Amino acid sequence: MSASGFLELFVFALAACVGYQVIRRVPALLHTPLMSATNAISAISVVGSLVLAGSDRGLLASILGVIAVAAATINVVGGFLITDRMLKMFKRSAPSEAAR
Amino acid sequence: MTLTLLVNCSYLAASVLFILGLRSLAVPDHARRGMNQAALGMLLAIVGTLMKHEIVRYDWIIAGLAVGAAIGYPLGMYVPMTAMPQRIAISHLFGALAATLVGIAEYQLSLHGIGEHGLNSARMAALGFEVLFGALTVSGSFMAFAKLQELVSGRPITYPGQNAMNLSLFAGMVGLLVWLIIDPTQSVLLYVMAGLSFSFGILLVLPIGGADMPVVISLMNSYAGLACSATGFAIGNEILIIAGALDGASGFILSIVMSKAMNRSFRNVLFGAFGTVQTGGPAKTSEGLTVRSVSMEDAALQLTSARKVIVIPGYGMAVAQAQHDLRELGELIERAGGTVEYAIHPVAGRMPGHMNVLLAEAKVPYDKLKDMDDINDEFANADVALVIGANDVVNPAARNDQSSPIYGMPILNADHARSVIVMKRGMNPGFAGIENELFYHQRTAMLFGDAKNTLVALVQHIKSQGVAAAA
Repeated sequence: MSASGFLELFVFALAACVGYQVIRRVPALLHTPLMSATNAISAISVVGSLVLAGSDRGLLASILGVIAVAAATINVVGGFLITDRMLKMFKRSAPSEAAR
Repeated sequence: MTLTLLVNCSYLAASVLFILGLRSLAVPDHARRGMNQAALGMLLAIVGTLMKHEIVRYDWIIAGLAVGAAIGYPLGMYVPMTAMPQRIAISHLFGALAATLVGIAEYQLSLHGIGEHGLNSARMAALGFEVLFGALTVSGSFMAFAKLQELVSGRPITYPGQNAMNLSLFAGMVGLLVWLIIDPTQSVLLYVMAGLSFSFGILLVLPIGGADMPVVISLMNSYAGLACSATGFAIGNEILIIAGALDGASGFILSIVMSKAMNRSFRNVLFGAFGTVQTGGPAKTSEGLTVRSVSMEDAALQLTSARKVIVIPGYGMAVAQAQHDLRELGELIERAGGTVEYAIHPVAGRMPGHMNVLLAEAKVPYDKLKDMDDINDEFANADVALVIGANDVVNPAARNDQSSPIYGMPILNADHARSVIVMKRGMNPGFAGIENELFYHQRTAMLFGDAKNTLVALVQHIKSQGVAAAA
């Protein structure tokens, strides 16, 4: 295995550890928004699809690329919108009510 | 050179913003701002990519972005919260589809010597994993979507030899992957593996019933993340590796949380064998036991005179669309001087955290929504535990009947409350088909009827009585 390939394994392992530690702290209250948020974030694969669709390397690459761009963009746009829609519903008790 | 540096900086910034965004979900009050930062990170990464020198034409890209945005916007803005599980399932499909297509296209390009990457074994391993996880997530997520949307029956579909069939399919997939890694030029193997993987996704979800969907969705979340990471390895892009690892970790954690809450072992989750129907030993029968039913008026009096009420909502409440009426009842009880809290079992909905979203939508303040571990000791101080559309998650057999199929499952201690009111249509057993001894308990009163109608009647009755008098 090449040196850069091994470096990428490092990145993966460290990111998985950071992800585990960060996500473990998300309360069950927000597990649904968590799932839609990670789904939106992993739609970063749109980056790979964009290169495929735009680098003019033959018709097959362009067609598969454009479908991949569309599929990933659905998750980018829809994922962040729906996460925000859910998160804005979570409100604390009104202060007056809590004071009683 | 400066351009490459700029692109890499955008990726670095995006990675940091993604992690900070997920970090913000630990506190509900900061979550929105954090996710906006993550969205900004996504925008930076996309703009950075569009500046890359490999991109020479924009017509295909614009078409893809336009179609994606046109479909994504309504999926983000107009899907009702009750449909969230199938909405998330279909989004796992889109994510995995993108990864699979990129994997196949990159393989073909490398095979014909087009592009910057060669086709050595390490790269073939990345591409192979990408297509393997991608294809099975596409079909598995579609099956989950179809079951949740009730396009196909939500009941488990089983046949003899199912596990042997799935195992041999899986072994075939892995065998082809290994063969491809040894000899990456055998392109037909990649397509056969993709086909097997696609079939495996369908067969994996087929035997799983509707109530087990939280595990499936979490698992698909994890697989979609791994497919994204594998794409990153294949095209040498660190941000895909990082984002995929975050997604994979989240799906992994949620799978564990869900499997624990459902009393299934972690091994079952990893290998997807959790759909096996548990027949278990002879359940306790209801013969010789009597239930005590209570009238709506008496239940109203009991609730308004209670000092502490803990509500246990179940999926039946959500199906009846009764969350707004439930919130109104809670407010009336509070106006009469009591406190109301909601005990949320991890599998109360059809996906992790679903019940919290449904109640938040009905404007229940989130500080009243309590996790199982936080509220279970509180039941002893509660005057009334109000069970609505929940059954197995309050069945004491999970604690004390070793022959019960749900023995060992963590439950809400409704039976510890001073009194229990159970809203239920009739005496049919719950999803697992097990008798619930809580219903025959001497402190339990059954309030029969449709959850929605009963709640509406309770609210109207309490209003007409005038809550001020009770306070």
